[in-house]
Amino acid sequence: MTGAEIREAVVDILSDIAPDEDLSNLDEEVAFRDQLELDSMDFLDIVMELRKRYRVQIPEEDYPELISMRSTVKYLEPRMQDIPKK
Amino acid sequence: MEQSDHQRIVITGIGLTAPNGNGLAEFRESLLAGRSGVTEYEVRYFGPTVAGVCRFDEFRYQRRKEVRRGTRAGSVAIYCAREAVDDSGIDWENVDRSRVGVYIGVTEHGNVETENEIYSIKAYDYDTQFWSHHHNPRTVANNPAGEVTLNMGITGPHYTLGAACAAGNAGLIQGVQMLRLGECDFALCGGVSESIHTFGIFASFHSQGALARHDDPTKASRPFDADRNGIVVAEGGCLMTLERLSDARARDARTYGEIVGYAMNSDAHDFVVPDPVRQAECIERALARSGLGPDDVDIVNTHATGTSTGDVQECLALRRVWNGGGRTLFNNTKSYIGHAMGAAGALELAGNLPAFADGVCHPTINLDRTDPECELPGLVANEPRAMGRVNVILNNSFGMLGINSVVIVKRI
Repeated sequence: MTGAEIREAVVDILSDIAPDEDLSNLDEEVAFRDQLELDSMDFLDIVMELRKRYRVQIPEEDYPELISMRSTVKYLEPRMQDIPKK
Repeated sequence: MEQSDHQRIVITGIGLTAPNGNGLAEFRESLLAGRSGVTEYEVRYFGPTVAGVCRFDEFRYQRRKEVRRGTRAGSVAIYCAREAVDDSGIDWENVDRSRVGVYIGVTEHGNVETENEIYSIKAYDYDTQFWSHHHNPRTVANNPAGEVTLNMGITGPHYTLGAACAAGNAGLIQGVQMLRLGECDFALCGGVSESIHTFGIFASFHSQGALARHDDPTKASRPFDADRNGIVVAEGGCLMTLERLSDARARDARTYGEIVGYAMNSDAHDFVVPDPVRQAECIERALARSGLGPDDVDIVNTHATGTSTGDVQECLALRRVWNGGGRTLFNNTKSYIGHAMGAAGALELAGNLPAFADGVCHPTINLDRTDPECELPGLVANEPRAMGRVNVILNNSFGMLGINSVVIVKRI
């Protein structure tokens, strides 16, 4: 998956986790929590959905890497480059 | 003993969802029109069956995220709680939420969520690293009541009462007791059920030979009928707002009635077979607490679920108390909606309360050929019966492991 495809996948996951939110104007640099109503349980949903949908394992010490869209995509790119787009 | 208005507890609001109506007006209309809410239904693994299915708008009081994260029982409870508070006419924005208690009866909780999770990880070869972190907050036994407090910003006590199918009454009784003890000033109480979403309850009743079946789903729930063949499982909810009569009067609240008596006891007899002696004792204790005799009761909402044994046992209990006659009428609300489990007690009581205003006893439907062992003088079959003034309604609600509950409401 390319960076753009990974971004799309993360948006898709967020749309399930935060179905009441408008995700069309997500700021890439701003922390998810500062622009969306996400708590720690929601955050764990992101990790779980990446695991379920793409079998990507994210160790707990790496969770801070998923703070914003840009950092998330940057972190996931090398880990998902060989995974085909769904 | 005469009670002060501070110790007298009244019902000031009702919120409900039933398979044949959302809100008391629609529910009552269905009961008087003989309209069943039982439909064809299919549940995972078990397959086609019949059930009482509710169709309320979950998103009326919850955001999509709340519905996703919570449970069906939580959504039922929130819907009923918000409707009840609205119906009570209380100035909710200025209510001290730390003095509100939430007491919700459940027959069971957690089966639906556990089954869903096991079903979900099947796709991952049962690898538990795919087991949701939402499982625990969804399955803790206080979940439905807790979701109400989260949704409504209530900071007073909340918990559920696990009381099998006596739970709806148990929730109401808890509300009465907590108000009298001064543990809260405003109680949201009753019962909820999400049971149609667990295949286990259907499969278990089926294995027990106690699950109803009929080509016409609306005829499947037929308590006291010779051709009854079991329980129709239903979902539903009914929460009532209870207040001290003194508080209700101070704010000039409309009241549905006063809970003048209640009782709970145990059969200590069998896991599933009810004991009519203990059931009768429970009724008699509730009557004694209310200072009323059997003939003071205008309407008895029976618990009967449509099983071969249970209905007969309850009739034996009723005959012990009413001794073969009198002016009391008997009806059954499960014949319309099936068995709403934890919600049944509160829901069925609510369906009868409008009789204080309209003077009508709704009938037991689907009673085409009364089982001779279920003959009761005063059993109202198939057509509503005008009674004139109705003063007292008694509500039976019994459950597995021999748990019995009775609530008596008096017109005020």
